[in-house]
Amino acid sequence: MRRILSVLMENEPGALSRVVGLFSQRGYNIESLNVAPTADNTLSRLTLTTTGDDLKIEQITKHLNKIIDVVKVVDLTEGAHVERDTLLVKVRAEGAQRDEVKRTTDIFRGNIIDVGPATYIVQLTGPIDKLDSFLSALGEAEILEVVRSGVAGMARGEKVLTI
Amino acid sequence: MEQLSGGDMIVRALEDEGVEYIFGYPGGAALHIYDSIFKANSVPHILVRHEQAAAHAADGYARATGKPGVVLVTSGPGATNAITGIATAYMDSIPMVVISGQVQSHLIGEDAFQETDMVGISRPIVKHSFMVQRTEDIPSIIKKAFYIATTGRPGPVVVDVPKDLTHPEHKFDYEYPESVSMRSYQPSTKGHSGQVRKAARLLLNAKRPVIYAGGGVIQGEGSELLTQLARKLNYPVTNTLMGLGAYPATDRQFLGMLGMHGFYEANMAMHHSDVILAVGARFDDRVTNTVSKFCPGAKIIHIDVDPASIAKIVPVDVPIVGPVTTVLKDLDAQIDQQQASSERTMPDAEAIADWWSQIDNWRAAHGLWHGRRYGESDLIMPQDAITALYEATNGEAYVTSDVGQHQMFAAQYYKFDYPRRWINSGGLGTMGFGLPAAMGIKLAMPDAEVACVTGEGSIQMNIQELSTCAQYNVPVKIVNLRNNYLGMVKQWQDMQYDSRYSESHYASSLPDFVKLAEAYGHVGMEIKDKADLEPAIYEAFAMKDKLVFLDIFVEPDEHVYPMHVAPSGAMKDMWLSKTERT
Repeated sequence: MRRILSVLMENEPGALSRVVGLFSQRGYNIESLNVAPTADNTLSRLTLTTTGDDLKIEQITKHLNKIIDVVKVVDLTEGAHVERDTLLVKVRAEGAQRDEVKRTTDIFRGNIIDVGPATYIVQLTGPIDKLDSFLSALGEAEILEVVRSGVAGMARGEKVLTI
Repeated sequence: MEQLSGGDMIVRALEDEGVEYIFGYPGGAALHIYDSIFKANSVPHILVRHEQAAAHAADGYARATGKPGVVLVTSGPGATNAITGIATAYMDSIPMVVISGQVQSHLIGEDAFQETDMVGISRPIVKHSFMVQRTEDIPSIIKKAFYIATTGRPGPVVVDVPKDLTHPEHKFDYEYPESVSMRSYQPSTKGHSGQVRKAARLLLNAKRPVIYAGGGVIQGEGSELLTQLARKLNYPVTNTLMGLGAYPATDRQFLGMLGMHGFYEANMAMHHSDVILAVGARFDDRVTNTVSKFCPGAKIIHIDVDPASIAKIVPVDVPIVGPVTTVLKDLDAQIDQQQASSERTMPDAEAIADWWSQIDNWRAAHGLWHGRRYGESDLIMPQDAITALYEATNGEAYVTSDVGQHQMFAAQYYKFDYPRRWINSGGLGTMGFGLPAAMGIKLAMPDAEVACVTGEGSIQMNIQELSTCAQYNVPVKIVNLRNNYLGMVKQWQDMQYDSRYSESHYASSLPDFVKLAEAYGHVGMEIKDKADLEPAIYEAFAMKDKLVFLDIFVEPDEHVYPMHVAPSGAMKDMWLSKTERT
């Protein structure tokens, strides 16, 4: 089962490598990873998606908590939450495809953020299944390059991940 | 406020921590620190002959005293040489602070001379690490390093210090912090009371209970409380390899070690138990045998200070996260309370008596301390050498070991009645651990008897430390069970590879250990006859101020038994000799 773990950690050099190292060292899988400082610049917030049964996720959570730089860990998938991933895709936009890609982008409420003579860069934000559907909806358009930010997430309502 | 250089700060901080010994080896990036050591002349430094030995010596010191071991090495090869020693301490949860010199800040990342990314290379084998970035931070970083190394589940902490930050002319305010508070590190101090209540109820209702105690009981200073609890309940106790001494071996309730080379009665009791109280143990693969077949009828209570150790391998019915001392005290009180309550929950005396008679039958059948003899030979049997060592030292020595058959024989036949006396690399299984560890212990406790049980394979992995022992007059006794093979490798080759001794044989090239010991200024003794064994060991220990190397020629074809049948066996499936199995 896919899980989203949110980790609050000290904004210290080496902290990220400890988290990433833990996953490779113990044979856990990272599907996506997103990390940046928070409003409190002594803290970083890391969102990580992984897969595993309850037992494995429990172990991952415990080991994450053991890392000295980690302040808090929450499994967002345990409760109501929102998740967003941002996609940038560079597509060939020539001939009939130029209009077709534009139409598909509009349907998905994406934005074309760069227009070249023969290419577009489309930006799209949403849950990962929406992004996946968009990529397959591009159909015959030639995808030149894809970059995704990785999932960022938060619990809904009053629940707050803070120290 | 006092102004100190970075190098002076490090030495002063170690002094302020009450450090008794630094084990280390100088080199370019650490030279400012070494100059500070020289000038301060406060904390004694032991110059080893290889950085791996520095870490093992600090490790042995820590295991025997309960205080953190301190290591100082230079950058590059100094740091990488220490890695095996740090990993050894990590696997066995030993408190240690390792200070490594690093190339100057502006050279980092340029593949400078003797540069290695110590924080990176040590990351998977440390509890935590620091790269010092400002000289002013040194006092607080060292304070944190000791705090992290010694609290919660202990472990090694690396502090990497670029050379420019220790420069003698750059001085800053020095004040050693009195306490540490870290928002991201708050080890548990107490077990959950609801869980403790459940555990007490489960224990009091057990019919076939076993207490399974590991190294955490020793590290957490819980031996006395565990012993009290076990005696109050009259329940049998088994110790892991790391836990030997946590419960007195000569006590009637002790079943011996459990696991791969565990005692028949211990493994049988575990397999047939209905309640297991696991304390400071981690269900290591050398204990459980096949996990899916592990103790099928048992409900498990697991006490550990590290939540990640709980339910890592085996599902647990009552997990209790907390230090063994407070949890065992609470459990003991809870047991009293439940016995005094209106329901008057008492252990089922009849069931427990039946359980003991079953255990006594197992002991009588195949118990190593209950009349079972191993093979006979004209040569000295390795087990007899350990028994002779036990007798000669009244069972009170600090015994270190290396890794292999000799380690298992020592674990089986030296009956450890006290915690912190059995010092071995259980988790990582590091050959070369024994001699430097013994050195660290003897320095800490000059009046205690310290023996290093080893083999001719292991001892050669850090034999250069005979020189360190000569320099600092460290009169340990080396008990070399010489069988002319890498014994445990040979045993597996006998059992699984039709005795094809691939690269496990070197008899023709072994040194004359007697002469070698003498070359370093020590005493060497060669023992080949059975009749000489006991007198020689007594004679060696009578030489209080001499390091004695006892080269004991033992039967090379002896195997360690019992031995778990693997793969796919359960706890109860054991080879009892070369021909018998359960």
